[in-house]
Amino acid sequence: MLRRRLNRLLGGDERRVDSRTVYVGHRSSPDSEGFIPPKFCDNRIVSSKYTVWNFLPKNLFEQFRRIANFYFLIIFLVQVIVDTPTSPVTSGLPLFFVITVTAIKQGYEDWLRHKADNEVNKYLVTVLEDGQRIRKESEKIKQVGDVVEVEEDETFPCDLILLQSSRDDDTCFVTTASLDGESNHKTHYTVPDTEKDLESLSATIECEQPQPDLYFVGRMHIYKNNQEPIVSLGPENLLLKGATLKNTQKICVAVYTGMETKMALNYQGKSQKRSVVESINAFLLVYLCILVSKALVCTTLKYVWQGKPGQDEPWYNEKTQREKDTNLYLKMFTDFLSFMVLFNFIIPVSMYVTVEMQKFLGSFFITWDKDFFDNEIKEGALVNTSDLNEELGQVEYVFTDKTGTLTQNNMEFIECCIDGFQYKHRDASSELDGFCVTDGPVSKLQQKAGREKEELFLRALCLCHTVQVKESTEPCLDQVDGLNNQVDGLGIDGDGLGIDGALSHLEEQRGFIASSPDEIALVKGAMYGFTFLGLESKTMKILNRNNDVEYELLHVLNFDPVRRRMSVIVRSSSDTLLFCKGADSSIFPRVRQEEVERIRLHVERNATLQEGYRTLCVAYKLLSAGEYAQADAGLREARLALQDREEKLMAVYNQVETGMSLIGATAVEDLQEEAAETMEALQGAGMKVWVLTGDKMETAKSTCYACRLFQKSTELLELTVRTLDDENRRREEKLHDLLLDYHKKAVQDAPPVKEGVTSWSSSQDYGFIVDGASLSMILNSSSDSSNSRYKNLFLQICQNCTAVLCCRMAPLQKAQIVKMVKNSKGSPITLSIGDGANDVSMILEAHVGIIKGKEGRQAVRNSDYAIPKLKHLKKLLLAHGHLYYVRIAHLVQYFFYKNLCFILPQFLYQFFCGYSQQPLYDAAYLTMYNICFTSMPILAYSLLEQHICIEVLLDNATLYEIAKNAMLRWRPFLYWTVLGLFHGLLFFFGVWYLFYNPALQDNGQVFGNWSYGTIVFTVLVFTVTLKLALDTRHWTWINHFVIWGSLAFYVFFSFFWGGIIPFLSQQRLYFVFANMLSSVSAWLVIILLILLSLLPEILLVVFRKPRGPHSRQ
Amino acid sequence: MASGYNAKEEDGHIGVVGLGGASLRGRKPENTAFKQQRLPAWQPILTAGSVLPAFFIIGLIFIPIGIGLYVTSNNIREFEIDYTGVEVSSPCYNCAQNFSWHSTTPCTCSIQFYLHQAYESNVFMYYGLSNFYQNHRRYVKSRDDSQLNGDISSLTKPSKECEPYANHDHKPIAPCGAIANSMFNDTLELFYIDPNGTRVPVALSSTGIAWWTDKHVKFRNPGGSTNLTAAFQGTVKPVNWRHPVYELDTDPENNGFINEDFIVWMRTAALPTFRKLYRVIQKKNNMAPTLPRGNYSLQVQYNFPVRSFEGRKRVILSTISWMGGKNPFLGIAYVTVGSVCFFLGVVLLFIHHKYGNRTNNADITN
Repeated sequence: MLRRRLNRLLGGDERRVDSRTVYVGHRSSPDSEGFIPPKFCDNRIVSSKYTVWNFLPKNLFEQFRRIANFYFLIIFLVQVIVDTPTSPVTSGLPLFFVITVTAIKQGYEDWLRHKADNEVNKYLVTVLEDGQRIRKESEKIKQVGDVVEVEEDETFPCDLILLQSSRDDDTCFVTTASLDGESNHKTHYTVPDTEKDLESLSATIECEQPQPDLYFVGRMHIYKNNQEPIVSLGPENLLLKGATLKNTQKICVAVYTGMETKMALNYQGKSQKRSVVESINAFLLVYLCILVSKALVCTTLKYVWQGKPGQDEPWYNEKTQREKDTNLYLKMFTDFLSFMVLFNFIIPVSMYVTVEMQKFLGSFFITWDKDFFDNEIKEGALVNTSDLNEELGQVEYVFTDKTGTLTQNNMEFIECCIDGFQYKHRDASSELDGFCVTDGPVSKLQQKAGREKEELFLRALCLCHTVQVKESTEPCLDQVDGLNNQVDGLGIDGDGLGIDGALSHLEEQRGFIASSPDEIALVKGAMYGFTFLGLESKTMKILNRNNDVEYELLHVLNFDPVRRRMSVIVRSSSDTLLFCKGADSSIFPRVRQEEVERIRLHVERNATLQEGYRTLCVAYKLLSAGEYAQADAGLREARLALQDREEKLMAVYNQVETGMSLIGATAVEDLQEEAAETMEALQGAGMKVWVLTGDKMETAKSTCYACRLFQKSTELLELTVRTLDDENRRREEKLHDLLLDYHKKAVQDAPPVKEGVTSWSSSQDYGFIVDGASLSMILNSSSDSSNSRYKNLFLQICQNCTAVLCCRMAPLQKAQIVKMVKNSKGSPITLSIGDGANDVSMILEAHVGIIKGKEGRQAVRNSDYAIPKLKHLKKLLLAHGHLYYVRIAHLVQYFFYKNLCFILPQFLYQFFCGYSQQPLYDAAYLTMYNICFTSMPILAYSLLEQHICIEVLLDNATLYEIAKNAMLRWRPFLYWTVLGLFHGLLFFFGVWYLFYNPALQDNGQVFGNWSYGTIVFTVLVFTVTLKLALDTRHWTWINHFVIWGSLAFYVFFSFFWGGIIPFLSQQRLYFVFANMLSSVSAWLVIILLILLSLLPEILLVVFRKPRGPHSRQ
Repeated sequence: MASGYNAKEEDGHIGVVGLGGASLRGRKPENTAFKQQRLPAWQPILTAGSVLPAFFIIGLIFIPIGIGLYVTSNNIREFEIDYTGVEVSSPCYNCAQNFSWHSTTPCTCSIQFYLHQAYESNVFMYYGLSNFYQNHRRYVKSRDDSQLNGDISSLTKPSKECEPYANHDHKPIAPCGAIANSMFNDTLELFYIDPNGTRVPVALSSTGIAWWTDKHVKFRNPGGSTNLTAAFQGTVKPVNWRHPVYELDTDPENNGFINEDFIVWMRTAALPTFRKLYRVIQKKNNMAPTLPRGNYSLQVQYNFPVRSFEGRKRVILSTISWMGGKNPFLGIAYVTVGSVCFFLGVVLLFIHHKYGNRTNNADITN
C-alpha cells in the first residue's frame, strides 16, 4: 500500500528512461557474441559530505555562504586591512569561535556518517561466483548482475531480484521496518519458471534505468535449451536495499547497486524549513540601517567638523605622512568603514550563536520529557529539527490525518451485521461458553440471520484477506513471542479463545502478519467460527469447527485506495467463489440493490453513532467455470503487460467485481487514546483543526464526531459530490451556488469576532465538509477568474468554521490544502500531523510536521518532530511550544536591546572626540560584552523561563493564543528599541554630566577617558542583567547562579584585567576599575543610573495587570 | 541528492545524527527535576503592593543623600581664572599673540584676582583646557606604554603607534608619541598679596597629583631612577619640549617618566573640555586658612599655545570633599529621582488603596 502511495507521490514524472540489461551472474547470453559488460556503479554508499582533505575548504565555504557569517567575515577583513579603532581580535575572536564550533559539530556529524557508511559498506554478503560462495563486503559487489545469497534476518545489500527461495512456495517475507517503519511482513515472489540450478542459469534481465519511482517493471530472458521464455518482473520480485529478510533463505541477483538503489534515489534531502522567528531578519535590516546611518552621520559630521580651522590637524596631534598623502575620498571611505566597524557590535555574532544554542539545547527538553514516553512502544519524542521549537507556540492551523492519527491502527473487531441482523462482539472480560457461532463471542442481539448466511459471512472474512500466518519456530518461546506480537501491534491476544487445549496452544504460537491491521482484526473476528490456519502454496487452510477445509487461492485482487476494496478468488472442493470486501461506497454499487438497504441502515448508524467505527462490507459471488476462465485469462494478461499494467489490471478487476451479493458488514473500532480531549484542547487554544483523510466521508465524519471536532450543535456545511449532484444542473453551477450560500452563512452572517477573543461558544459553530472531487473542482476550476474567486470563498468559509473535514484526499491534495492555507492572508503557521508515508507530502509542506507513532520510519525522517501518541500533541504545543515561543521572542528582542544600549554611548561619544572613531570602551570589554558578561543569563532565561507554569498552561488552553507572532511584531520591537535608546542615552549623559568635573576622587585626582568608559560599561552590564532579572518569572538556582555569577564575573574580570596580574601593568585599563570603585561619586552615579533605567520598567510591570505563574484566568 | 542520504538510518539503525535526542529514543527519559523542567523556582510577582515600600524606601534614602550631596558640593570653594589671553584686556594677551615655538625667552604674564572667601582645607590647583581633543583616537593611541614602563628595547625602538612622533633625526624620541609631545608646559605660580602689598609665594606641592599605581607601577624609568641622563642616552627629547625628559624635575623621585606632571598629562581626558590636577596647596596648620581671603597674583609662564585651535586655558582653585570636586549634578539628580520615587510611591499607594484587592500574594514558591 505504501508503495503505491509513494508511487503516486514520486511518480509525478512518468518518464521511463531506456532500459538496462543485466546479465545474471555475468554469463553472456549465447546469442550475443560481442558481449561487452556494461558499466554500472559499484555498491558503495556515500552519504558523507566531506573527506579529510576537502573538509576545511569545503566546510569553510559552506559556512561563509551564510549571510551572517559572511557579514562578520567582511567586518573582520575590514578591520585587518583598514586602520580601524578596534583591533581585528574583537570581532575575529567571536567569529573564529563560531566557525570552529560549527566546523567541529559538522565534522563530528560527518564522521558519524562515515561510520554509518562503513557499517553499510563493510556489511558481509555472500556472493556466488563460479559456483562458490564467497563472503564479501557489501561495497565489493562490483557489478550489477552478481548473484547474492541472503539469509534470514540479513539486510539486502542492494536492490535485488528474487531468483530462488528456500521456501517451497517460492515466496519470501520481507520487513521494511527500516525503510518505512511498517513492521508487517510483505511477501515477495521468485521469478517464475527459473531453474533450481542457478549455476547453469543463463539469463538477462531487462529493466529500467535507476529511478526513484518505487514501481518496477522488467522482464527476464532465460536462455534454456535454445528456448527463450520471457518472464515478466514486477515489484513483487524486487527486493529493496535496506529491507530485511524474514523466514527464508534465498538467492537473488543484483539489479541496482550503490547510489543507484531505489532507496538512495528516493532519499530527498528535506527542504530547509525556516522559522518565523527568522523575521528577526527584518529587525536585523532595521539595525543594519541604523548602523549604516550612524556611520554616515559620523563620517559627514567628521568632515564638516574638520573643515573648521585648526580642528583637522592641530599642532598637538599631527598626522603621519601616509595619512596626509591619502586621497580624500579614500580617506572618507575608510572613515566610513571604520565607523561601521566601531558600531558593528550592534549586530552581534553572538546572537546567532545564542539563538542556535537555545534551539539546540532547548530541543533536549522535548526529548527528555517523560510525559512523551510511551511505555508500549518504548519510545519518547524525537526532535529532528531544533529550528522549529518556537513555531510550536504559534500554530493556527492543525492538519491531521485521520487514519492512524486520530484513529488507532490497532483495531478491534466490535460488531458485525449479517443479512441485516446485528451481532456484537462479546466483552473480552465476559465468560466464554463453548464454541458455538450463535452463543459464541458473536452474540445475537435480537434475531439472527440464517445459519447459512452466518457461515458464509465468517468464511468470507476468513478468506478474503492477504494475511500471513507466522509460525513460531520454537514452541517453548511462545510467551516471548506473544509479547513481541503485542508490541508489534500485530499479535493476537492469546487469552484462551475457547478452542480445545491443543488448538489454543497452537493458537498462542501463531501471529498474523498483514499489510493492514484491520485485516487482522477481521480474521481474528472470524476466528469465532473459522480459524485461518495459513496459506500453503496457494492453498488456504481453514479450520471450520474441527474440520480442516482447504481452498485453493486462485487470485488475489489487491486492495488499493482507489478501488477501496479487495477480492480473492478461491476454489473449494465444489465451486469457485469470489469474496470481496471493501468500503460501503465501493461495494454498494456492485451488489444487487435489494440487499443494500438492510445493511446500509447498519452502516449509517455506525457512522453517526459517534463511535468512529470503521465499517467494511463483505460480498461474494459464485463464479461459473466460464466466468472464471475469462477472468483468469484477463488477469494473467494484464499482469504480464509491461506498459500500463496498473490500468489494465484495474480494468479487469472492475470487470470481475460486479454483480455480487452482499452478505454483511463489519465494524472495527479504533479511536486514539485521548483524541477527543486533545482536539478539544487544541480548539480551545484557538487552533483550527482540519482533518484531511483519504477515507470516505461517512467514516471520517463519525471520527470527527467521536473526537468532538463536530459537536451535536455544529451545523455541517457539506460540499461533496453528493450535495453537488443535482439532476437539473451542472456541477459547476451548483458548486457556485453552494459556495455562495455557505459563504453567506458562515462568513457574512457571523457576528464580527473581536480581535483576540475566541468566541467558540457564543455563536453558531459551523463544520465544513469537503471531498477530494469537489476540492479539485474548486482548485482547478476552468477559468482563472472564477478559480481564484472560488478559492477565496472556500478559504473564507473554512476559516470561519471551527472544524473542517476534507475526505477522500489524495496525498498530494493534502499538501495542496496545506499550501493554500499557508499562503493565505496573514500567512498563518500550519502544523501537520500524520503517521505514514501518505502524510509525508503534507508534513513537508506545513511549517511544522509532526509524525505520530511507530509507523513509517521514512515519514519520521521527513518530519520535524515525532511523538508516540496523538495525546502528546497537547503538551507539545500548549506547554513546550508556547514556552519556546515566549522564550525565543524575548531572547531576540533582548539581544537587540542590549546591543543597542551597548553601542549607543559609543556613538554619542563620537560627538565629543572629534568623530575620530575613538572607542568608548576598552577592547576587552567590547569583545567580552556579548561573549561573557551578558550571554549566559539570557541563555539560561531562554531555556528555563516559565512565565506561566506548565500545569496552568495545560489546564487553560486559552493561554496558548498569542495572536499572530505578537511578540515578534514591530510594536514590541519598537518598545525594546526605545528602551535601548533610553538606556543608552541615560548611561552616556549621566556619566557625561558627572565628568563635567572629572575630579571625582577625594584626593583631587582626575579621571580620564578610560574611566569614563568603564563607568558607562559598568552601568550597562548591571542594568542589562538586572533588566533580565526583572523579566524573569521563574527563578531556579541556575538563573540565580548565572545572573549573579555573570555580574560577579564582570567585577572579577575587571579587577583582573585592571592589573592584579603584573604582566598586565602596561595595560591602558591598569587600575582604572579599582580607582573607579574608590570614588564615592562613581558609586553614586552607577547606582543612580541603574535605578533610573529600571524605574520605568518596574512601573510598567506594576501597572500592567499582574498575572503570576499560578494565576488562572 | 546523494549528499543528504543518510546510510545509517537506512541500515535500520535508529539514530539521527546531530540531535542528541535521538539516542534517547527507546529509553525512558530520566525523571529528574531539571530534565522535566520542574526545578524548584522562586516566582516573584511585582505588584503595586510589593513595589510600594521599595519606592518609599528609595525616596527616603535618595532625597537625604541628594541633599547631602548638594550641600557638600555647594560648600566646595572653587575659583576659576581664564588666562588664555584672547581679549585685549587680558594680561596674557601679548603672550598669546606673540607665541612662537622657537622663542628662547619664555613669555610671562601675571593675573591679579581677589578671593572673597578663605579656603580652609587643602586647596587643589587645576589647569583646565577647552577644545583640546585629548580623546581623539589618533592622539589617544599615540603612546608607547611599554616604553613608559621602562622597557629598554622600546626606549630605543618606539612603537609604530607613536608616529609621527616616534623618531626625530633618526633618533628615538623618549617619551614618544603625540600625548607626550604636547605635554602641558605652562608654569603656574601663585602669590598671596599681603594687605601691605608684599607678594608671598604660596607653596605648591607637586606630589600626590597622579594615581599612586601609575606613579609606582605603570610608569618606570629605564634602568631604575639612578642616573637618568645615562639611561636616556641615545634618545632625543620630544620635538615640542624645551628640556629632555630627565630634566623635568630635580627630585630624582619625580623625574623622567615618573614625573607626576607628566603622568597626569599622560592620562588622557574623557572630554575635550577637561581639567587636570596641577598642584596641591597643603594646609599648614589648623589655625590659618590655606588660602586666606584677599588679593592674589597668578604668574604664568606662557608656553602652551591654544589659539590655533580656539582653545581656552584656565586655572582652577578648588577645595575637595569626599565626593571629589564641585559638581551639583549628583545632588540634583538624587533629589529629583528620590522625589519622583516618592511621588510614584504616593500614586501607587493611592491606586493600591483604591483598587488594591486584586493583588495576589507576592511570592509563591513552587
